[in-house]
Amino acid sequence: MLTKRIIPCLDVKNGRVVKGVNFEGIRDVSSPVELAEFYSSCGADELVFYDITASFEERKIFTDILKEAASRVFIPLTVGGGINSLEDFDRVLKSGADKVSVNSGAIKNPSLIYEAAKRYGSQCVVLSADVKRVDGVFRVFAKGGRENTGIEAISWLRRGEENGAGEIVLNSIDTDGVKKGFDIEMLREVCDAVNIPVIASGGAGSAEDFIELFKTLPKADAGLAASVFHFGEVKIKDLKALMKKNNIPVRI
Amino acid sequence: MIDIVDYGVGNLFSLISSLNFIGARAEIVSDPSELKKADKIILPGVGAFKDAALKLKNSGMWDAVTDAANSGVPLLGICLGMQLLFEKSYEFGEYEGLSLINGSVRPLSDIVPKEYKIPQMGWNSLRFTGEKSPLFKYINEGDYVYFVHSFYASECESSVIAGTHYGAFVTAAVSKNNVFGCQFHPEKSGETGLNILRAFCEEAFL
Repeated sequence: MLTKRIIPCLDVKNGRVVKGVNFEGIRDVSSPVELAEFYSSCGADELVFYDITASFEERKIFTDILKEAASRVFIPLTVGGGINSLEDFDRVLKSGADKVSVNSGAIKNPSLIYEAAKRYGSQCVVLSADVKRVDGVFRVFAKGGRENTGIEAISWLRRGEENGAGEIVLNSIDTDGVKKGFDIEMLREVCDAVNIPVIASGGAGSAEDFIELFKTLPKADAGLAASVFHFGEVKIKDLKALMKKNNIPVRI
Repeated sequence: MIDIVDYGVGNLFSLISSLNFIGARAEIVSDPSELKKADKIILPGVGAFKDAALKLKNSGMWDAVTDAANSGVPLLGICLGMQLLFEKSYEFGEYEGLSLINGSVRPLSDIVPKEYKIPQMGWNSLRFTGEKSPLFKYINEGDYVYFVHSFYASECESSVIAGTHYGAFVTAAVSKNNVFGCQFHPEKSGETGLNILRAFCEEAFL
C-alpha cells in the first residue's frame, strides 16, 4: 500500500538553513546538508529545499549545497524558489533535484508547466500554490503570499494538472503559521478537483494535526512542514509511530 | 567497473552518487564501445518509452547493451530502463523493446481501480515472489521503495521477483539469468535502495 509521505521543508539562504533550528546530535544546525541527513535518518520520506536567495552568486551556492545533499541523501529531493524558466529547471535537475516546484514562475509564465513537463516529464514538475480565502473564494497569491493575483485557485490547479504538473503543493495562507492544523476544507476542494498527488502545507502545529489530515482526508498524499520539525515540536519518528498506531499507511 | 548507460535520457547524478556512496566503482558511459569492458551495466531512464527507445538506438547503445547482456554481463534496468528490457510497450502506441525479458509494458490504468491516482508516486512495500532473489539479499519482504510510474510490466510472471500492491498486484522487480529490472528507484529509496544496489554490485550472478 502506498504510504502517506512526511516532508520537511528547508529554507536555504546563502548556503544556510534560515529559521532557527534546535536539535541535539547535529553539529552544525544550520547546515542544509547535515539537516537533510538527519531528517532522512529519522524517516523523512522526501525533502524540499527552498531557495530564498536573490542574487546570481547566491544561486551558485545553493546549487553547490544541493549537489552535496544529493550525494549524501538518497530520498527524493524537491527544489523550489526562483524557478522561472526551463534553464532554472535544468540547473537544479543537473544538481541532483528529482522534482522542481514552480509557484510565481507559473503565474508569470503559464506555459512554463507545459514546457517543463514536455521536456522533463510530469513526474518532476510540482505546481505549488499559496492560496487564501477572499470573500469566500479561494484565490492564488504571488510573491510569497503578499499579492492577490485574483486567479481562482481550484481552476488554476486543475489547469496545472492538464498542462502536465505531476503533483501539487497546496499552502493555505489562512492556516500558515497559526499552528492549529492543516486547512482541511481547502485541501478537500483541491483533492476532489484533481487526480494527481496533493501535498498539504501550512498549519501543522503538532503530530495530531497530521493524523487529523490523513484521517479526515484520505485523499491527501503528504504533509509538509518546516518549523515544527526544525524546532523539534514534531519528531518524525514519533509522528510516524503515531500514524501507524492510527492505521495510516506509513513507511517505518 | 559498473557502467551507467548515458543515452541522453534523465538525470544520472543521483544514480552515480548512490553507487559512489556505497563504495562501488562506477562511471557514466556514452560511448557504446566502452560497454565491452564493463563488469556490470545499469540502464537508467525516465520519460516516454518511445523517445527513450529511439535515443537508445541512435546512440548505438541498443546493440551494445543487447550484446553485453547476451554475453552474460549483469545488467540492471531502472524504472523506464526496466521497461525497455521487455519485448514491447503499449505506451501511446506500440513500440519494440530490447526483448531481453519476455513480457510487455502496459498502462497502470488497465489494472488499477479508478480511485487510485496515476502515476503511482511515493513509497510502497515489496512482496517477494518465489525464491528470494540474490538482489534482495540485504533487504526484507515488506521494505519500502520509491515508485514513480504510469506504466507497468505485464505478461512476465515467470520473471517477476517482487511486486507491490497498488489496488492490484504491480510488477516491482524482474530477473532472468543475468538481467535484472526495478520499476522503482533504488537510488532514491533510502537504505533499502542502497542495499539493493549493494547486492547488485557484489553478486557475481553466475
